[in-house]
Amino acid sequence: MSGGAQDQAIRTGRVTRTFIYVVLIFFALFYLLPFFIMLINSIKPLPEITGGNMMALPTDPTIEPWKSAWSTAQIGVEATGLKPYFMNSILMVVPAVAISTILGALNGYILTKWRFRGDNLIFGLLLFSCFIPFQIVLIPMAMVLGKIGLAGSLTGLILVHVVYGIGFGTLYFRNYYAAFPTELVRAAMMDGAGFFRIFWRIMLPVSGPIAVVCIIWQFTNIWNDFLFGVSFGGLDAQPVTVALNNLVQSSTGVREYNVHFAAAILAALPTLLVYIVAGRYFVRGLMAGSVKG
Amino acid sequence: MPFLDIDNVTKSYGNVEVLHRVDIGVEEGEFLVLVGPSGCGKSTLLNMIAGLENITGGTISIKDRVVNDVHPSKRNIAMVFQSYALYPNMTVGQNITFGMEMHGIPKPEREQKLAEVAKLLQIEQLLARKPGQLSGGQRQRVAMGRALVRDPDVFLFDEPLSNLDAKLRVDMRTEIKKLHQRLKSTIVYVTHDQIEALTLSTRIAVMNKGYVQQLGTPKEVYDTPANMFVASFMGSPSMNLLPATLREANGGLAAELTGAEGQQIMLNLSQNGPNLRSYLGKPVILGIRPEAITDADGVDRNAKNTQALRNMVHVTEPAGSDTFVETSLSGKACIARMRADVDVHAGQPFDFVVNMDKAVVFDPETEDRIVD
Amino acid sequence: MARSDRAPQDMRTTLQNWLPKLVLSPSLAAMMVFVYGFIIYTIYLSFTNSKMLPSNEIIGLENYTRLFGLSAWTTALINLAIFASLYIVICIAIGLLLAIFLDQKIRGEGVLRPIYLYPMALSFIVTGTAWKWLLDPGIGLENTMHLWGWESFKFGWIKDRNYAIYTLVIAAVWQSSGFVMAMFLAGLRGIDNEMLKAAQIDGASNWNLYRRIVIPLLRPAFLSAFVILAHLAIKSYDLVIALTGGGPGRATELPATFMYSYTFTRNQMGVGAASAVIMLMGVAAVMVPYIYAEVKESR
Repeated sequence: MSGGAQDQAIRTGRVTRTFIYVVLIFFALFYLLPFFIMLINSIKPLPEITGGNMMALPTDPTIEPWKSAWSTAQIGVEATGLKPYFMNSILMVVPAVAISTILGALNGYILTKWRFRGDNLIFGLLLFSCFIPFQIVLIPMAMVLGKIGLAGSLTGLILVHVVYGIGFGTLYFRNYYAAFPTELVRAAMMDGAGFFRIFWRIMLPVSGPIAVVCIIWQFTNIWNDFLFGVSFGGLDAQPVTVALNNLVQSSTGVREYNVHFAAAILAALPTLLVYIVAGRYFVRGLMAGSVKG
Repeated sequence: MPFLDIDNVTKSYGNVEVLHRVDIGVEEGEFLVLVGPSGCGKSTLLNMIAGLENITGGTISIKDRVVNDVHPSKRNIAMVFQSYALYPNMTVGQNITFGMEMHGIPKPEREQKLAEVAKLLQIEQLLARKPGQLSGGQRQRVAMGRALVRDPDVFLFDEPLSNLDAKLRVDMRTEIKKLHQRLKSTIVYVTHDQIEALTLSTRIAVMNKGYVQQLGTPKEVYDTPANMFVASFMGSPSMNLLPATLREANGGLAAELTGAEGQQIMLNLSQNGPNLRSYLGKPVILGIRPEAITDADGVDRNAKNTQALRNMVHVTEPAGSDTFVETSLSGKACIARMRADVDVHAGQPFDFVVNMDKAVVFDPETEDRIVD
Repeated sequence: MARSDRAPQDMRTTLQNWLPKLVLSPSLAAMMVFVYGFIIYTIYLSFTNSKMLPSNEIIGLENYTRLFGLSAWTTALINLAIFASLYIVICIAIGLLLAIFLDQKIRGEGVLRPIYLYPMALSFIVTGTAWKWLLDPGIGLENTMHLWGWESFKFGWIKDRNYAIYTLVIAAVWQSSGFVMAMFLAGLRGIDNEMLKAAQIDGASNWNLYRRIVIPLLRPAFLSAFVILAHLAIKSYDLVIALTGGGPGRATELPATFMYSYTFTRNQMGVGAASAVIMLMGVAAVMVPYIYAEVKESR
């Protein structure tokens, strides 16, 4: 996005500009409000929430709800807090992202630089697999995971996320490598480099930007997944999204809203951090997710 | 057997044949240029020599070895690509030595070769830079360096100058020619620019629609084009192709044309062979290069058969060194190339002189040149 | 020279020819089994008498007949229609508005853009948790308004059968509209500035400039936004679970939640499979033409 050179062409009057700013700021508040409310209420003691105004700043700030959300809150049957589930998510996300990104890079390289008859059909099938409603694979996946003894395990979840992450990984790298001059590959071929050598020496060194995009995308998607986690996580391998939902939806005892908010922010923290650190790439990833740039 | 032998080579994609029975032999030290409009098959042919595209039929051999199924890296060829194809992540030095590295040549030898080539191409001061930091001309040199360092049997050039600006293109053209004269290497060079083809080559293959239209020295191709395609493709401005009727005149043959005002014009031909004679009374196409139409003072001193004709001038275009004059013959625009300071005015009649030694005649049906 | 002395392909060349396909094959196999194989199996299940466990007894289209006879499914479809159309239209409207406004050389664009976009980084579960509370009349927005002195303010949609579905729209729009903004903004930045200047010289007002030139040029962005939003809508599951749990009653049941509950909690696997097949057909109707165009173009 190269800055607004456009604006030399389009001029707006003072009144219009004021109106534009008002609208833009209104929407900024709209987007910020829920998070702001979660944040301020997560550091209020419970009575201050139930008896007070949610918009009011905390009069007696406390970090107890955060501590509770992290390590002592009742989730399911045990009072473990989010911590173990958070760990589950990390143990699941790291390998799943790594494997699906590496496979995506290799596939993208093959589909653009080693083209063969039918490669477009394969790409089309991979592309469609990115967008299927996962309900269509839920039943057989549950059966297969049960058969191979991976139901309710992190390994099972990693497998599921890799399998359904290959499509997007391939999409990103393919679109990126498609713009990479094929002449370079041909030159390397004539220089005597083989399939892996070209990938390693020529393609990978220039793949940094798309690798970042792909990793962020896969990370966000897998971290935020709920459906697979709730379906195949069993009791021992539940990711943090499932745990958060269990915490919030639990009908026993007093509803500790402050703890819920702290937990929600905790669950969102990794993706938010990624977003803050690498927001630029995040946007690019979302854009590439729309197939057309 | 030629050094590089392209023997009856065809190329098809599915059922579509895009190259039809190409037969070219290139001798050692020759500079062959494949020239033609885009889509004529010249790049496909080059890629087949390089091994980047499969050969559907026929054989390609280099130094008596059939290379149809030999991997590109084992054909002992080097290629300079249109986009230069420099590896963006490597320095200039690494770019040039990458091929040797892949072939397992030890480092000291690589360094020595690199130094030689860098000196030859005067890029010594660029070796530590990345391609992104180079100008177009410098990239071009590095790309050539990468090819030279391989010391290949055959150099392949795929439109190497088309990404340069006009002035640089002329400079690099000269440099490539010098390099060839010095190294006596065998080169196959693809371009769509007919001037490059004429200036660089020892032989030209003019291609169109997957056929080699003519294979010959630059002079042969320019003076005696095999057909109307070659005649109009080679040379700028291109050859005037004027509808005429073949007549008997003064014991020889003449082409009858119509002037700008409908007047009849007879131009005596230098040729008088039996082949041409069989066209008597029939329509033919008379081909005259613009530089063969001049004013009386501009006539080539060695010309034997010159004819005068008076015709209306439509447009004059002074172009510095020359002046182009447009008139019309047989209803077609006809360009004449004259001295810069010729006294000619649009809208007035002018006395043209045509050097008929340079005129050629084509069959309007087959479009082939009628060989005398 | 005789043709017969053509050298046989050397080992390395042969290997190099096969290597790409070899490396691609695990991904290909995984895709064929876990995506297309599973799809076929689910389609098969939808024709069987499967209850809690898969069964091989073929009962033809009975599951589909039953499915469309279920009021829960009809409700889910109607809800999806309402939810998807509002979600898509509002997201595109807000996205386009914000993109056009942001493109007016706005001071602070660098601050505003990330604010509009960050909800996309959150999971639907987190989004649902936040909005569930905000929309709760007892403690959320309604309560705040009352405390601020606007006693008559009422906003109890989330507890109201007739309106609960619109709360899903609000939360989903909150999450996705910034992303649509980014797509349109990229589209706007890609438009040739000289063309806009030409149009201004031709005397086009700002309004006409956008209506007649800019917006038509954004066609690809509209198309992408539509495709992405449509498939997200059909797949929507987490948000419903976190925000309303499908309630009150079944007021916010969507096909995705329907499928899950029929398959895994009501032990009606055949019907669940049938509903999944219908969902797939919905996504395919949107995606296949798009993917076809995409792949064809890249040839």
